[in-house]
Amino acid sequence: MLVADRVIAIAIMGLSAYFMWHAVELPVGWNGMTGGPGGGAFPFWLSLIMMLCAGGILIRSLKEEATDQKFFDGVMLHSVIMVVVALFATIALIPVVGAYIAIPLFIFWYIKIYGKHSWILTACLTVGTPVFLFFFFEVTLKILLPKGVTEPLFFPLYAMFF
Amino acid sequence: METLALLGEGFATSLSPLNLMIVILGVTAGLFIGAMPGLGSVNGVAIVLPLTFIVPPSSAIILLCAIYYGAMYGGAISSVLLGIPGASTAVATTFDGRPMAQQGKAGLALIAAAVASFVGGTISVVLFTLFAVPLADLALAFGPAEEFALVLMAFTTFVGLGGDDVLKTIVMICLGLVLSTVGLDLISGQPRLVFGDLPGFYSGISFLVLAIGVYGIGEILYTIETSRSAPSVTPAKITLRELGAGFKAMNRMWKTMSVGSFLGFFVGMLPAAGATPASLMAYGIARSTSKKPETFGKGNIEGVAAPETANNAASTGSLLPMLTLGIPGSPTTALLLGGMVMWGLMPGPMLFIEQPDFVWGLISSLYTANFAAVAINIALIPLFVWALRMPFTVLCALVMVLCIVGGFAPSQKMHDVWLIAGFGVAGYLLRKADYPLAPLVLALVLGPLMEKSFRQTLIAEQGNVLAFIERPLSATFIALAALFFVLPLVKYLRKGGRQSIAPAE
Repeated sequence: MLVADRVIAIAIMGLSAYFMWHAVELPVGWNGMTGGPGGGAFPFWLSLIMMLCAGGILIRSLKEEATDQKFFDGVMLHSVIMVVVALFATIALIPVVGAYIAIPLFIFWYIKIYGKHSWILTACLTVGTPVFLFFFFEVTLKILLPKGVTEPLFFPLYAMFF
Repeated sequence: METLALLGEGFATSLSPLNLMIVILGVTAGLFIGAMPGLGSVNGVAIVLPLTFIVPPSSAIILLCAIYYGAMYGGAISSVLLGIPGASTAVATTFDGRPMAQQGKAGLALIAAAVASFVGGTISVVLFTLFAVPLADLALAFGPAEEFALVLMAFTTFVGLGGDDVLKTIVMICLGLVLSTVGLDLISGQPRLVFGDLPGFYSGISFLVLAIGVYGIGEILYTIETSRSAPSVTPAKITLRELGAGFKAMNRMWKTMSVGSFLGFFVGMLPAAGATPASLMAYGIARSTSKKPETFGKGNIEGVAAPETANNAASTGSLLPMLTLGIPGSPTTALLLGGMVMWGLMPGPMLFIEQPDFVWGLISSLYTANFAAVAINIALIPLFVWALRMPFTVLCALVMVLCIVGGFAPSQKMHDVWLIAGFGVAGYLLRKADYPLAPLVLALVLGPLMEKSFRQTLIAEQGNVLAFIERPLSATFIALAALFFVLPLVKYLRKGGRQSIAPAE
C-alpha cells in the first residue's frame, strides 16, 4: 500500500513537471499589457501546486510505517489485467478490422473465454450487440462507426438504410 | 403565485406524450442501473449520455434527470436484496435493510425504501421549486468576479468538508483544472498543452471522455477486483397485504422522513457533500432521536426510511445550484451540466429568462419522475430480483462496449476512445490509492468557467487583484472559501493527525 502510494505520488509529480514544461510555451507570468495572467499561467501554476501536494504526500508516506495491507488483491489483479489488455487490444483493432469485428471478438472473449458462460448466451450477445449498435448509431443517429477493412461489406447495408 | 403559473406551464411540457415516455423510460433504466451493484447514478448518466443524442436536447436532459432519480431509488434494491450497496449513496440503507431481508421482510424493506424515496424526492422538489426563482434572481447580479469566487468556494468545500485526504483532494482539483486547459487558450486562442501537437488535443478534453473513463471503465475494473464471488440474492415477494403494512408503517414516520428530506436537500446543495453523507447523517439523527435506538442495525424500518429520504432529497438539492448558478452540487449534476453546455443550454440565471419552457418543463418533470419511480419501483420488484441474478461478467462486457462506442460517438475520433481507456485505468488506480474522483470531474467541468471569469475580471479591472474582494458578494464567497480551506488545518492542529469521515459521493 505504502509503495503504491509513493509510486503514484511520484508519477503525479512527473506528470506535473510534464504539464509545466508544456505550459511555458505560452506566457506564464503577469501580462502587463492586458492586465492579468498570460495564457500558460493557469496550467503552469496549478501544475506547480499539484506537484507540491504530491511531494507532500510522498514525504508523508516516507514517515509512515509499512502495513500489511496490500494495494492489489493478488487473485483478482490477474482478472483486472486480462480485462485491461483485452480492452486495449479491442480499441487497437477497431480502426484496422472495424468495430463490427473487434467488438464481437471482445464480447466473445469476455463471455465465453473469460466468463465461461454457455454457448447460447455467448451467441446471443455476440450477434445481438453489433446488430443493436448498427441500428442505434448508424441507422438512427447517423453516426458511422469505424469499419476498417470491412467497409466494402457495408455498402449493401448503406444502400438499404440511407 | 407566479412560480405556480410557471410550474403549470412546465407541466404542459413535461406531460407531453414524448416527455412522459422519456421520464418512464429514464426512471426504469435508472432503477436497473442503480440496482446493479457498483453502478450508481453517476455511472449511469456517464454511460448513457452519448446515447441521448437520439432525442432533442431538452428531452435528453429530462431523460438524464429521470435516470438520476431512478438510480437513487434503485440503489436501495441491491442494498436490501444483496447486502451490497447499489451505489455509495445507498450504503446507509444496508445497515437496516439487510437485517430486514434476512428476517424475511425484504419486501417490506423495499416498499419502505420506495415510499421514503418518494417522500424525500417530493418534499425536496417542492423546496427546489420555491428556491429556484429567488436564487436565479440573485445570480443575475453575478459578474465574472462573483463567478470566479463561487467556483473557488465550490472547490474549497471539497477541501473543508469532503472528508478525504486534503493533499490528495487538492491534487485532484488541480489535475482536473489543468486538464480543462488543454486545447486552445480561451483569451488568446493559442494552442496550449497539446502534447507534441496531437491534433486530438486541439479541441480539448471533453468532460464526457473523463467521466466515461473514470466512472465507466474505472468503476468496472474496480468492481471486478472487489467482487470475488457472486453474492446471493434474497428473494422478495410483494403482496397487497405487505403493501398495506408498508404504508401503515410509513405513516408513523413523518418526523424521520421530513428531517431526512430537509437535511438531504440542504446537504445535497454543497458540491463536496451530496447524497452519501446526507444519508449517513439522516441515519444517525434517526437513531439518536429514536425511542429505541438499540433496534437500529437489527432491521428497524426507520433505519431504511431515513437514509432513503435523505439521498433522494440530496439528489434534487444538488440540481438546484447546477440549474440556477451553473455550479453543480454533485458529480452527477456536473455531468448534467456538461451535457447541457454541449447542447447549447447554458445553465445559470439566464436560462430561466431565455428558456423558461425548458427550465419549468424540467422542474415539473421531476414531479412526474417521482410518481413514475415509486410506481415502477414497487411494480417491478420481482423483475429486479431476477435482474440481480444476471452474471456480473455479462454486465461488465456490455458496459465496456457501451463505453467504447459511447466515447466514440460524440466526437467520432479514436483519440477520445484511447483517452477513455487511459483515464479508466488511471481512475481505477487513483481510486484504489484513496484519491477522490468527484473533485477531478467537477474541476474539469468548471475549469473553463473558472479561468475565463478570473481573467475577464482582471482584464476589466486592469490587473487589479483586489477586484475580487471589493465587490460584496464576491468578497463573501472568497471569505467562505478561505474558511473552508482553513477548516482542515484547524482540525489537523487540534487532533494532530489525519481525519477520516465518510467519503463523499
